[in-house]
Amino acid sequence: MRDRLSIIVAGAVVGLLAVVLVLQGNPANMGFCIACFVRDISGGLGLHRAGVVQYLRPEIMSLVLGAFVTAMYVREFKSTGGSSPILRFVLGMLMMAGALIFLGCPLRMVLRLAGGDWNALVAMPGYVLGVWLGALFLRRGYTLGRSQDQTPVSGFASPFIAVVLLILLFTAPAFIFFSEEGPGSMAAPITLAAGAGLLVGILAQRTRLCTMGAIRDLILFKDYHLFLGFAAIFVVALIGNLVTGQFVPGFAGQPVAHVDQTWNFLGMTVVGLAAVLAGGCPMRQLILSGEGQSDALITVFGMSGGAAFMHNFGLAGSPAGVSPAGQWIVILSLILLFVIGAGNIRMRSVAGIRQQAKAS
Amino acid sequence: MPEVVDCRGLSCPEPVMLARQAMQEAHEDMVTVMVSNAVAKDNVTRTAKAMGWQVTIEEEGEDFKLMLMMNR
Repeated sequence: MRDRLSIIVAGAVVGLLAVVLVLQGNPANMGFCIACFVRDISGGLGLHRAGVVQYLRPEIMSLVLGAFVTAMYVREFKSTGGSSPILRFVLGMLMMAGALIFLGCPLRMVLRLAGGDWNALVAMPGYVLGVWLGALFLRRGYTLGRSQDQTPVSGFASPFIAVVLLILLFTAPAFIFFSEEGPGSMAAPITLAAGAGLLVGILAQRTRLCTMGAIRDLILFKDYHLFLGFAAIFVVALIGNLVTGQFVPGFAGQPVAHVDQTWNFLGMTVVGLAAVLAGGCPMRQLILSGEGQSDALITVFGMSGGAAFMHNFGLAGSPAGVSPAGQWIVILSLILLFVIGAGNIRMRSVAGIRQQAKAS
Repeated sequence: MPEVVDCRGLSCPEPVMLARQAMQEAHEDMVTVMVSNAVAKDNVTRTAKAMGWQVTIEEEGEDFKLMLMMNR
């Protein structure tokens, strides 16, 4: 019961903070968007040169640090890694590719829906389809293999990078890019954004909030624990948007969105499937990286690389829609995901695990 | 020999899926599940309790040994 209450509270806080962050300057329906913010950070570091989406979003760094400090405090910090790192990098790239076709990670999909952006209503079944496909692979014995214990040095990498990025944000040296127009130029005050990220990092670490796990556990186990958090994000953000007049229903003219529905749907299918195969949505990957899992940090690097790839080659969606090249990326991503999924089916059963244990 | 399911190094949902399968196919009243992270420990515990099994947890170094006992 306490568990159930805490996941609902965590979701509600995310929903509320998302509304507040938009009121305080973040782009519309983008109070929190992990994919967008990691993309902005990639741009801030100059990994891509899309001038309108470059900013070192403090939400991301403080999210990681919140998870790190909490994990240390409750003695859950554990330095692990070495479970299919290259595939995790690719899965991170594909997760970002799908998100930048739709223009949002699963978290922003929920926030867009709560803001009346009906394009997210099209994307949602696409996302569920992706998670369902991923669940099929899991049922057949998909796994990226066991992680190994690592030295603490490897586990500290993620919080260390977060601190370095925060220093770069505050000192703003000339080699860091800050958008002067577009979504990258719209930001809540640094202290508020960092505080919001910290709080969400703490709550998400404790409750394991995950926008993919929410759907996956429903499909696999009919377990609605994580879904309660997912639903709470939506309900509170919806109420918040209604109260503050930010609820603007419709398809056309939505902020940082397009109406290419096939690609809204399939883009999120890519995200859903990639998230299941990688073991967590973009937000969950950041939290896990803060807990010392370098496998999750590799996935985040993949996301960052994916953002650079999508923007450098003009593949990302935009309010004008999805380019033919971007459409090809969606198809190729789906093919790659099926190859990774089918190619990593190995543990069929408990018996298989026992044999594997004997062999090793 | 009671069943031991070694889920160390695996991340959720894999430990939960394997523990569920072990409980469903158990020939005895007891299944032991080894996990190496707190998330897996919590999730397997929640699942076992939901399936009506009792859970005893022992820390073994940095790992957790979950002893699941069927309620009769």
